[in-house]
Amino acid sequence: MKKIHIPDILLQVVLIAFAVIQLYPLVFLFFFSLKDNNEIYGGNVMGLPRQFKWSNYENALFNANVGNYLLNSIFVTLVVILISGVLACMVSYAIARMTVKINGFVKTFFSLGLMIPLHAVLLPVFIMLKNLKMLDTYQAIIIPYIAFALPMAIFFMIGFFQTLPRELEESAFLDGCSIYRTFFYIMLPLVKPALATISVFTFLSTWNEMMFAITFINSEKYRTLTVGIMQMVGKYTTDWGTMGAGLMVATVPTIVIYLLFSKQVQSGMVSGAVKG
Amino acid sequence: MDKILGNKKAYFIFVFPAFVVYFIMAFIPIIISGYYSTLEWNGIGEKVFVGIDNFIALTKNNAFMSSVKNSLILAVASIVGQLIPAMFFAIVLSRNIKGEGIYRTVYFIPVLLSTVVIGQLFLKIYNADYGALNAFFGLFGIKGQDWLGNTKLVLGAAFFPIIWQYIGYHMLILYTGIKGVPAEIYEAAQIDGANERQMAFRITIPLIKSTMKVSLTFAVIGSLKLFDLIWVLTKGGPLHASEVPSTLMYTTIFTRMEYGSGSAIAVFIVAECLLFYFLIEKFFKVDNITY
Repeated sequence: MKKIHIPDILLQVVLIAFAVIQLYPLVFLFFFSLKDNNEIYGGNVMGLPRQFKWSNYENALFNANVGNYLLNSIFVTLVVILISGVLACMVSYAIARMTVKINGFVKTFFSLGLMIPLHAVLLPVFIMLKNLKMLDTYQAIIIPYIAFALPMAIFFMIGFFQTLPRELEESAFLDGCSIYRTFFYIMLPLVKPALATISVFTFLSTWNEMMFAITFINSEKYRTLTVGIMQMVGKYTTDWGTMGAGLMVATVPTIVIYLLFSKQVQSGMVSGAVKG
Repeated sequence: MDKILGNKKAYFIFVFPAFVVYFIMAFIPIIISGYYSTLEWNGIGEKVFVGIDNFIALTKNNAFMSSVKNSLILAVASIVGQLIPAMFFAIVLSRNIKGEGIYRTVYFIPVLLSTVVIGQLFLKIYNADYGALNAFFGLFGIKGQDWLGNTKLVLGAAFFPIIWQYIGYHMLILYTGIKGVPAEIYEAAQIDGANERQMAFRITIPLIKSTMKVSLTFAVIGSLKLFDLIWVLTKGGPLHASEVPSTLMYTTIFTRMEYGSGSAIAVFIVAECLLFYFLIEKFFKVDNITY
């Protein structure tokens, strides 16, 4: 390389400084999740906890019910990932491969969804759920989440199906294999990598969604982490440690998944952007 | 082959389930929102058709007008505060600097956090009595502020975490774009004696315009429909000082029970997003570059 104008050392300093800015809030959260109030109100807000008060986590998980919210979030997210993944694969396969006249229309119809902000449907869906007596149930958020996960997943999967060679399918058809069997036993195994990317994308948007969750869910039993934490605020305003522990519980799964699948997460989020 | 792939029954079976869910939960509600916006209705009583009166009333509503102004300020602040640093870091990281992978991973972490978590976290950082920010200023003997309670400071305080959270996202988008530029172009420029800065401004930036457009669209549309963080931090207050259209929509519908007026705001948000989407498309024309 040619001689570089900005010295590399200076550049590294800038990069590290920015990394600190990006990470500090999370570190701050981790620290205060282990402090007791005396320490926070006694002036040690920013620094390391003097004593690691792990009981904050116990308190958050069991007394403040965050454990229950966590299970709800896991359940809702898994169901949404599973159903939206299967549905998206089916539609994308049909759009990418099948030669039916309304194909173009179906594709446009789903891609319109990439432009719809959730706000636009909030009240009608709320009223719909109310009339169906479905407010405050798991379905109340699961079904809308599936609907809004679909456009992105379909768009991504169509692109992936189109890159697959046709020979495998052709020989399967020639051997008398039906389209359903071909789809399930030949195509689905091939799209696993794309499915992983889409699942991570759906995971993030479902796990973190707030507007639908706080509107459609109320009772303790069905609260996901976002609703639960919003409701915790009133009760635990002054108990920073427990609140912090609850926030950590909501965050750790995303961080773990990110560290395990950082490639899929990054490519999923970027392809979402590029196509959206 | 064609017979199998043209099978209408199979097509129906593949498409129908997703179609139904999406049609009922996304498509129909949009149309219903449009209908509600023409009503005067509190959700329980009689629906009265008022035509475009709700929209006319909005133009005379100070809270609404300032919410729109705030969201436009945020859009500009996001462009400046997100895209410029994101571009800088994307260019720096794309030239195989030491630690590239780690920086990329770390910068992206805030994007993954739930807005509820970020909001709660910043409530603690901004806390007037015990917050980290005031503690930090205290070290230098600077008097602390009630960041979210002061109508003059609240907008900046509320926008900061929003801008902060997505710098890493834009960085990654732009980084991916830069990585798509063939290395030969840079090699040729080097042979011609171009320096780093010239390569950034004369080669990288012009060649990734289409990626920049994606980033720009995201930053602007994301700002216009922002809800979560403001809701967690301030709910639009104090005195509407940090109000954005979507928080106003939410309180109009669910606190004041003005379903018609709230739906008019929802329709406005959708229309505004589409308008800006097409404006960016029109004024930011990019030719597709193939190498």
